[in-house]
Amino acid sequence: MNEQVKVKELDSVVIRFSGDSGDGMQLVGNIFSNLAAILGNEISTFPDYPAEMRAPQGSLAGVSGFQVHLGASKVLTPGDKADVLVAMNPAALKVNKNFLKPQCVVIIDEDSFTENDLKKALFQTNDPFQELDLKNVQVISVPITSMTKAGLESYGLDNKSAVRCKNMFALGLICWLFNRPIDSVTPFLKKKFSKKETIMQANIKALTDGYNFGANTHATVTTYHIETNEHPKKGFYTDINGNTATAYGLIAAAEKSGLPLFLGSYPITPATDILHELAKRKDLGVKTVQCEDEISGICTAIGASFAGNLAATSTSGPGLALKGEAIGLAVMAEIPLVIVDVQRGGPSTGLPTKTEQSDLMQALYGRNGESPVVVIAATTPTNCFDAAYWSSKLAVEHMTPVILLTDGFIANGSSTWRIPDLNVYPSITPPFVPDSIKDIWKPYLRNEDTKVRYWAVPGREGFEHRIGGLEKDYTTGVISTDPLNHQIMTDTRQEKIDKIADFIPELKVEGSVDSDILVVGWGGTYGHLSSAVNSMNASGKKIAHVHFEFINPLPKNTHEVLSQYKKIIVCELNLGQFAGYLRMKYPEIRIDQYNKVQGQPFMVSELIDRFTKLMEEK
Amino acid sequence: MNSQYTAKDFKNEQQIKWCPGCGDFAVLNCLHKAMSEIGVAPADTAVISGIGCSSRLPYYMGTYGFHTIHGRGSAIATGVKVANPALSVWQITGDGDCLAIGGNHFIHAVRRNIDINIVLLNNKIYGLTKGQYSPTTERGYVTKSSPYGTIEDPFNPAELAFGARANFFARTIDVDLPSTTECMIAAAAHKGTAVIEVLQNCVIFTDGIHKYYSDKENRADRTIYLRQGEKMIFGKESNKGLVLQGLDLKAVTIGEDGYTIDDILTHDATLHDPTLHCKLAAMEGPELPLALGIIRNVEGINYDQAVVDQIHRVQANTQIKTFADLMMSGNVWEVK
Ligand code: SF4
Repeated sequence: MNEQVKVKELDSVVIRFSGDSGDGMQLVGNIFSNLAAILGNEISTFPDYPAEMRAPQGSLAGVSGFQVHLGASKVLTPGDKADVLVAMNPAALKVNKNFLKPQCVVIIDEDSFTENDLKKALFQTNDPFQELDLKNVQVISVPITSMTKAGLESYGLDNKSAVRCKNMFALGLICWLFNRPIDSVTPFLKKKFSKKETIMQANIKALTDGYNFGANTHATVTTYHIETNEHPKKGFYTDINGNTATAYGLIAAAEKSGLPLFLGSYPITPATDILHELAKRKDLGVKTVQCEDEISGICTAIGASFAGNLAATSTSGPGLALKGEAIGLAVMAEIPLVIVDVQRGGPSTGLPTKTEQSDLMQALYGRNGESPVVVIAATTPTNCFDAAYWSSKLAVEHMTPVILLTDGFIANGSSTWRIPDLNVYPSITPPFVPDSIKDIWKPYLRNEDTKVRYWAVPGREGFEHRIGGLEKDYTTGVISTDPLNHQIMTDTRQEKIDKIADFIPELKVEGSVDSDILVVGWGGTYGHLSSAVNSMNASGKKIAHVHFEFINPLPKNTHEVLSQYKKIIVCELNLGQFAGYLRMKYPEIRIDQYNKVQGQPFMVSELIDRFTKLMEEK
Repeated sequence: MNSQYTAKDFKNEQQIKWCPGCGDFAVLNCLHKAMSEIGVAPADTAVISGIGCSSRLPYYMGTYGFHTIHGRGSAIATGVKVANPALSVWQITGDGDCLAIGGNHFIHAVRRNIDINIVLLNNKIYGLTKGQYSPTTERGYVTKSSPYGTIEDPFNPAELAFGARANFFARTIDVDLPSTTECMIAAAAHKGTAVIEVLQNCVIFTDGIHKYYSDKENRADRTIYLRQGEKMIFGKESNKGLVLQGLDLKAVTIGEDGYTIDDILTHDATLHDPTLHCKLAAMEGPELPLALGIIRNVEGINYDQAVVDQIHRVQANTQIKTFADLMMSGNVWEVK
């Protein structure tokens, strides 16, 4: 390599691939992050899909992005701002202008920065960098399209197919920039294009051309050397996004409980990948029904649960609204059910491809009647596995619907994951009614300690019974309209959920535990809150962080933890739903809040600013 | 049929809450009787319903039963059957539950051809909410919610079912117990969604609504009971029959206008083409008799079996047998 090249040693770096939705940016982003993970980096990624799949080419609405953060350790978020941006057209440059670090390297495809292209992205002048006030960035302007085509002349491809390889040229450049051997990319391409030999060869050629172009000509930009983690925990690793992890968590729970897995679902962004993944798992006997609507999604699952399966339904906010009545049925019938809500920007259709945490109240209370359910919120892409496992465990063992909240950010984002050993996971024991109590058994006979009713699955002789949405008598299980009985049953259903607090982990405060200030979060904001608190702790500022995965019931030590801090700030991607929930539960505790509803995750920097201000306030 | 069960095995001691004289009682008795003859154990039978007068029925069964929410019976029954295809699954529903709020689930259950038996009690009214018109109420009918008469045309449940490509459709009248029982038994034998429409009398809100056809006096002249492989003959004297004239069905008298028994159509419920079944199901008086019995009964691939078959096919060709296998099958690297 040329001597003039400045090699920058970094412990982490953020790269954003951005272009038209047809430019293949998701693919190169994925390949590059896989590569980084295999080479020993921790990664966290976040695909940012365009709002409109069919937006005009080159328009701002059609920009598709993929951000990856890689580093030696503690990579908890995909990063606020990019060190390197690949912008395949002017629109990609424009939409990302606020997400660039000073001195950021920007690689652009010169061929798609013509006057016409600039117009499509609504630029007024011919100097987009000037117009966007991007003064300190290091621009690498490369005629990516034409060089890709030139390199592929002998491959006999039509123009369109040749141009499509330009994303690999860009990836080659990035590999050069980050000192990544391109040999390790070829296996991915071989897998991806296994049935199209020429296309595969063309992609490898474009990749090599891109790499060589960087190595041969660009001597003056910063290239990077990223530390890799020297001592990661032994084991097998993969990288995984939240939706896949959720699907895997359900599969693992089914295997552990011995129950067949059933998913009833209706396609909805950003939850559909859970259906996709489980539909593939016929090998493991998973049954999926793609239903006619959201209501059928949950109702088929309720039927499957009644018939003795581990049953789940997956959806997003609008679908959860449609499922409300059926969740009430599952509450009343006291059957196990996992409802996964991958939250997105709302209300109504809202921002389908963006992230938000605004379904919390809907999950807790969005039904008629006193209708308590367990609510769990996954904290990171990989934690979706554990959260889905726990959701299944609590649903089955406590005969209750469980709403698992994830969100668009952790569902699509991915990180490195050490493959879990199921043997160390807690067992899942369905409360099947024992034959020994056949004579005294009634449909709502309960374990008096846990208030969990016994499960009698159709097919068992001597346990034929009828249940349903009408109120039942506490003792006999037959329909009852008795006023006192309704009180008892309502109290019992609530008590059953409350008692689950005895079966879930307690809160663990992180950071400077003995400080005055406690940052509180829940669900998918873990990475950002934790990064902000870590970074403040590292610079000597004392601040603690506690993160909720179990929302209903709350962990047993919640009050104890909260009452230890002078200042509490609840941070969430909504207008303050969890803050309000905590205030309702613990009215004597003073709670500040920090909220954002922009369809985007928090930025670590904005959190640090806010927390610093809070520390200074008297 | 040889069966170890009696109707009593499918009953329970619950006090029945329907109005005295309600047509639902007859249907309940038929179901008890049919099940005893079908020979599936009560423990292996699940009866699912939505909301409405008829949807109370599962509570009066000695089987497994699930009284769910309005309109969702088909979806819940679908889940039960797919989760455990070994169960005999029945859905009890009414015209409001099945065709209004549950219309979408109904047509999709039929389209998928889930092996469930749907008993649709059609009394052309909302009984439980005390008398509003339903999707099968005739235009102009006065109810509490249509004090000046309805201004909508009704569904014919058979046409809706055929539109959704139903493979089995039967129609009976509540007062005709043997036929209802017979159709239920045939429905259970059919692999795939079976729809049985029972014309049921609501003594409170639409008393006599099906009287034109159900009246003992005139039933033989105003209805035709279709039997597989038999001539389409009806009438007190069994001297009337159906012929095809152009694209239309026509009722004729044998021995009049030159019609002989040979001109009369023979019923074939197994015809793949549903056109004639549709025509038969759409017949109404006074020109034509109302068709009763098994109008269509065609073999098809049922969904729940296809699910099982697909799983077996995939499992025969995979190395992935456990969660751990799945984990190691992807893009995995080891840190030593
Ligand atoms: S209201 Fe009509 S349908 Fe309902 S139980 Fe009474 S008679 Fe039967």
